[in-house]
Amino acid sequence: MSNIPEGLRYTDSHEWVKDMGSGEYKMGLTFYAQEQMGEIVMVEFPGMLDFSSGDILGSLEAVKTAEDFYAPFDCKVVKINEGLEDEPALINENPYEKGWLVVVKTDDPSRYNSLMDAEKYSEFIGE
Amino acid sequence: MDKKTALYNKHVNLGARMESFAGYIMPIKYTTVKEEHNAVRNGVGVFDLSHMGEFRVKGKDASRFLDYLLTNDSSVKPGKAYYSTMCYPDGGIVDDLIVYRLSEDEYLVIVNASNIEKDWAWVNNHTDGYSLDLTNESDETALIAIQGPDAEKVARKLTDEKLQELGYYEHTSGVFAGKKALIARTGYTGEDGFEIYTKFEDAEEVWDAVMEAGKEFGIKPIGLGARDTLRLEVGYLLYGNDMDHTTTPIEARLGWVVKLKTDKEFIGREVMARQNQDKPDRYIVGLEVMGKGFPRQGAELFEGNRKVGVVTSGSLAPALGHGVCLAFVEKGFQKKGTELEAEVRGKRIPVKTVKLPFYKEGSRK
Repeated sequence: MSNIPEGLRYTDSHEWVKDMGSGEYKMGLTFYAQEQMGEIVMVEFPGMLDFSSGDILGSLEAVKTAEDFYAPFDCKVVKINEGLEDEPALINENPYEKGWLVVVKTDDPSRYNSLMDAEKYSEFIGE
Repeated sequence: MDKKTALYNKHVNLGARMESFAGYIMPIKYTTVKEEHNAVRNGVGVFDLSHMGEFRVKGKDASRFLDYLLTNDSSVKPGKAYYSTMCYPDGGIVDDLIVYRLSEDEYLVIVNASNIEKDWAWVNNHTDGYSLDLTNESDETALIAIQGPDAEKVARKLTDEKLQELGYYEHTSGVFAGKKALIARTGYTGEDGFEIYTKFEDAEEVWDAVMEAGKEFGIKPIGLGARDTLRLEVGYLLYGNDMDHTTTPIEARLGWVVKLKTDKEFIGREVMARQNQDKPDRYIVGLEVMGKGFPRQGAELFEGNRKVGVVTSGSLAPALGHGVCLAFVEKGFQKKGTELEAEVRGKRIPVKTVKLPFYKEGSRK
């Protein structure tokens, strides 16, 4: 049984997105996704740049596999979780808090509301 | 159905993540690969390697037989060990193995778990004309490795054998943790350490004794995940990844275990002698990733648009903090400092050929 907090939005590429107010959104990898990937050993972050919805923001290297993470909507990256540089396994240990990946900013908050809620994401991953 | 080692219950009770590997259900990790890797680099760790295969070769022709079967020279002194490949007539590698010479006419050969059946058949196919007694003791033998700079301190608490006088690749038979054992100063981590071969039924007691003796040194159980990153960081090849039946020892840069300087006949000699003289078309090399990410097994290597090689093992090197890989490259691209690009999920990442080992601070004697 996965851990899918209410109050967050979810993408079909298994990122969670949290509304921080004032057009900023924090995002990370879902519990389900980190569990699928296994121990994450390296994170490659994007620059503080503009991205279009679906663009690759960065990548995660686990012991056995690697995955990219994506822009959930048109946005600009304004912050990265530098703590993960030294301790990427925080994504495994605490995916919704200490293991967050980036903070992005967008002009169009409506795109956030069209992402999946906890219930839909739970269905999406088949639970 | 996967086999269980004698220590299966120990691993489960320690909360290990168990996975199928080479026909055995083995511990992949107990905590994290990184933590276990660092424990071996900086302190001491204990491994269950009981999946490895053990063949006893005994008889007056044992030395002559192994000389014909294996590429390396069997004429080491009793009490010493040697590393070797075993090859097909075309030079392809059947397996890589460690051979302990127990006495003038008795050897113990350690083979990869994934190759036990294949090797056993191959060995038995070549016994005509030799006076030998061959036994496959793989199922009755447990192997516990103690590895790391503090390994000797732990092991010395458990035996009266003079381990401080035991050199690298030397071994002794004696009592360890109250049990009959073969105690060898060998390993696959680049660190000092011991490999303890015991009977299956003695393994749990030996394991418990090692954990207890190691407590004051912070000993940790180590899974196969860290075993792989430890060996890769010091550039040790892994059968199935970095070599197999399609590669020769010369290509794999294992020419030092091919006794071409002797006049002894051995399987594959002709091909290897020719290759050694003409130089092979490809070589295994160590590559360091310059920047983020790392290529994994199967990633292709390019110089410009030209494909010049393929990665055989790749990982983050935990002690170094960047990616490293072993790869086959075409002749001409093996020189130290050669810059290439690896294709990783549609992107190119820069890599550079470096001298092995990647990690140079190992405590190996």
